[in-house]
Amino acid sequence: MRVHVQPGDFDPGAELSAFGRRAGVGAVVSFTGIVRDNGTGTLEAMEIEHYPAMTESAIRRIAEAAQARWALADLLVIHRFGRLAPGARIMMVATASAHRAAAFAAAEYLMDYLKSRAPFWKKEITAQGGEWVAARNEDEAALARWRDGAGKAPGPGSGI
Amino acid sequence: MGIPDFDVLYFAWVRERIGLPRERISSTAGTVGDLVAELRSREDRYAAAFADLSALRVAVDQELADFDAPLAGAREVAFFPPMTGG
Repeated sequence: MRVHVQPGDFDPGAELSAFGRRAGVGAVVSFTGIVRDNGTGTLEAMEIEHYPAMTESAIRRIAEAAQARWALADLLVIHRFGRLAPGARIMMVATASAHRAAAFAAAEYLMDYLKSRAPFWKKEITAQGGEWVAARNEDEAALARWRDGAGKAPGPGSGI
Repeated sequence: MGIPDFDVLYFAWVRERIGLPRERISSTAGTVGDLVAELRSREDRYAAAFADLSALRVAVDQELADFDAPLAGAREVAFFPPMTGG
């Protein structure tokens, strides 16, 4: 498992070509998050604040929960902080497993929890000033689907 | 034993509303909620920041906690809005 919390950019291609290269891996899934414009073309930057003493340990805990839930051969989380321009990469996750179902599910699980349980806060900067991005109810609701055991890796013979 | 000291941290709009990122506070508060009540009574900017607890989250010693969590032995308490990572 690798967890990086950093101000600088990263190279998803280089990260992925080095990721999950070990025996038994049959599937690698990755997600890259990008600073999206606000729809009116006025976004100057996204400022991402975090809680340095807590961020990495919170991410590691989420990642360990994913590892306990699915048979993952490898796991990567990179999350940036600081001032990012529209179009910049914010973060990526990658998961490696024997089969795609576990790799997909674990990647979604990581994203859902990173969104609402990792100590980051986003502020949209425009010419008018800054506005904190509010957490969405849907993001909190997304966590509920993982609490009833949904998304567990299928057992042998399930045909996946 | 003297009155315990806590590092109290504020993030995002809580930090902006209170006007500082962290401070050291001596308090006999037994729970997070007691500490919030103490802070609220200090000044208007604290009362404003802590007006609606449903809009706030808290971590005690870098772990997410509830507002009724005990502070015995704690060193660091952080207040912030719901997180928006990813």
